[in-house]
Amino acid sequence: MTVQEIVDRCQALFDDLDFNAVKDWKAANPGAKAIGYLPIYVPREIIHAAGMLPVGIFGGGDQLEVIHGDAYYQSYICRIPRSTIELGLTGRLDSLDGMLFPSICDVIRNLSGMWQLLFKDKYVKYFDVPQTYKDDIGGAFYIHEMQTLREDLGKLAGREITDEDLQNSIAVYNENRRVINEVYQLRAKQPWQVPTSEIYLLLRAGMVLPVEEHTQLLRDYLAAAGAEERPRRDNCRVVVNGVFCEQPPLGLIKSLEMAGCYVVDDDFLLITRWLIDDVPTTGDPMDNLSKAFLHHSAATSAKFEPDKADKGKFLINQVRNSGAEGVIFAAPSFCDPALLDRPMLQEALNRDDIPYTAFKYAENTGQMQAIREQAGTFADSIKLWSA
Amino acid sequence: MNTAAPKKPSTEVVKEASMLKQKVMIDENFTRLSTSNEDGRKVVSTFVPGNLNELLMCFDLDRNFPEINALQNGMRKKSGRLIMEAERNGQSEDVCTYVKSDLGMIEQGNIGPTGEKLPDPDVLLLSYTGCFTFMKWFELVREKYDCETIMLHVPYQADGSITQNMRDYVVKQLKDDVIPTLERVSGVKFDIDRLRGYLRQSQQAEDDLVWILQSAKNKPSPIDAFFGGVYYIGPIFTAFRGTEAATEYYQTLRGEIEQRLADGLGPVTPEGDFGKEKFRLVVEGTPNYTNFREFWKMLYDEGAVVVASSYTKVGGVYDLGFRHDPDNPLESLADYCLGCYTNLSLPARIKMLTNYIEDYQADGLLVNSVKSCNSFSAGQLLMLREIEKRTGKPGAFIETDLVDPRYFSAANVKNRLESYFQMLEQKNATQAA
Repeated sequence: MTVQEIVDRCQALFDDLDFNAVKDWKAANPGAKAIGYLPIYVPREIIHAAGMLPVGIFGGGDQLEVIHGDAYYQSYICRIPRSTIELGLTGRLDSLDGMLFPSICDVIRNLSGMWQLLFKDKYVKYFDVPQTYKDDIGGAFYIHEMQTLREDLGKLAGREITDEDLQNSIAVYNENRRVINEVYQLRAKQPWQVPTSEIYLLLRAGMVLPVEEHTQLLRDYLAAAGAEERPRRDNCRVVVNGVFCEQPPLGLIKSLEMAGCYVVDDDFLLITRWLIDDVPTTGDPMDNLSKAFLHHSAATSAKFEPDKADKGKFLINQVRNSGAEGVIFAAPSFCDPALLDRPMLQEALNRDDIPYTAFKYAENTGQMQAIREQAGTFADSIKLWSA
Repeated sequence: MNTAAPKKPSTEVVKEASMLKQKVMIDENFTRLSTSNEDGRKVVSTFVPGNLNELLMCFDLDRNFPEINALQNGMRKKSGRLIMEAERNGQSEDVCTYVKSDLGMIEQGNIGPTGEKLPDPDVLLLSYTGCFTFMKWFELVREKYDCETIMLHVPYQADGSITQNMRDYVVKQLKDDVIPTLERVSGVKFDIDRLRGYLRQSQQAEDDLVWILQSAKNKPSPIDAFFGGVYYIGPIFTAFRGTEAATEYYQTLRGEIEQRLADGLGPVTPEGDFGKEKFRLVVEGTPNYTNFREFWKMLYDEGAVVVASSYTKVGGVYDLGFRHDPDNPLESLADYCLGCYTNLSLPARIKMLTNYIEDYQADGLLVNSVKSCNSFSAGQLLMLREIEKRTGKPGAFIETDLVDPRYFSAANVKNRLESYFQMLEQKNATQAA
């Protein structure tokens, strides 16, 4: 497959707000269930181990006309819950047998209750994760939460989820993360070869495809991208931060690139890289998933940072490890976690003399001119004045 | 229907003995906080929902509540400039104005609402109950001070009940993290019997508070359970729960209300007695503090009394049965944290408000939705519809903010309330006919 063929396929999956890929999967696997999840993180290994399809729901993007959803939210609430409600009320999520609402913010938390009321025939779970990171405290709580999910999904699947099932699923997701990390490493090294607008679509494909198929697609992309020569531009290298929940429109990502920014690291679709290392595939799988969450996972605004000295360190490491020259803070409007975190992260960057710029967006932002100008000015300033 | 233009409330405020007592308690606490650092007393800053006041008193800590500082600054018309100060320093216009009011106050020298200096905290106790923003708030405050931060993670009651796993998790954090850190910071060894003593005091005050809130089931209601309720919950939700002063306050208040009931009187408003009760409302959401009296006046001028509210449950849903329990001190602290109103699921909140409308014979539901609090606000439109459906009582929805004066539009709020009261009047007249 060529790069273009792969990207076209991913684009088609991205554009399909009826989730036909999920319907196709269910048709090919009679009786099997599909479970949706919202950002940022759920242990998809448990869903997979139940023989189910985990489906990432990341709002309606800029192509969905929100009619019903706006009637459920005040103007000062972000867009992702209203477009998610729209997807649900218009039947586009009917192929899902359940929804998981991870602990990320008050809006998504309350959306779990709304889902309980609006979709009474579906399995709905608010998936709480610990904000304390000792194994015997936060870990014990988290293992219990995961165990509840495991039992619930086992009932839905009509079979017990065994440790072996989980270990196999852990291995499958380890492999997926390894290949994604390869893609990210290639982008950091040769960003002109693997544009972020393509990588983003590739990752989004992983939200609806079975993980095994997605891993193969990533491999195909790596092979195809390595075989093509693409022009290298004199762009600056940036990390994009704040895009972990409501997604920017694809046009915004393209605008950044057109404005002279190579995105060399980011927090898009963080679930795909949340766990930093491989999860052990032997021993107690729940304990292994818990330890991975507690001790080897990404830092983000929705997680408490226990040590003041470590605030911003993860972002600075992203900058250093990817060879970035600056940071673009892109946060959804009315996103309390991202917007409240931003001044602290900016302060950390100030201490390390890392330049940054910041703007807000919504998933349906249509006018990119201002963002392109801001990003272009930022890129120019880095190119002209950074040492 | 009163169609006159909104009038400014009278400047002379009518106050009963309990109000004066509370004012003294609050003023004394601010004065005490103003000398904490220089007198060598250790200070904890913590949040209202799920606060561990009894436990904190076991370590002789002075208690500072940033939310209370923010709302007091709002009531005294000081919050607007503090919020803009925080925005000048990089905070987004989109985020919680409680946070920005606090950060702006710190930036401007940390002079509290009474004009006295607030102390630098020795420890931040992040009781993470029912609000994600709390977590960011104390991360931001931590940047300003060289002090420890304790995270007490309180899981969300998503399925409408407290599970043993949730309770165990909170208790374990109390035992292994919170108490040892407080011992280290304060230099005071934890004495569980001292805690039991404070919890005993809390129980008495809680019993009286529940009686007070439920007195609104009477017709006419002797209290306003939202605007008046803000005052009633003051001591028990903050630095005083577990103290003899709080117990005495609630006894005094109960006595006043018993007298009002005996006299067949309605609530006390800032302008005196309430007058004839025309509408009985349940209120969901928080108050607006920048125009608190103006907002209240819009209701009492129309004869509308609030008979029950969710806001008076943010620091504990006592009327559903919870009491601090000296025989199970840590478990009951855990249940307290887990049970605060905004830690309840939306279906549980709907059920509670539906019951209030029925139990308190309310005419309808008024939602005051504030920009600053997603914990309250996200989902309120669905709540409104669902409660209307279940009770057959009409609802009204208004939008303001907690402490940002830019988001209080008096004319809009008044217009909407007047339309609502006209509808209620017609409905009541139709039913009477």
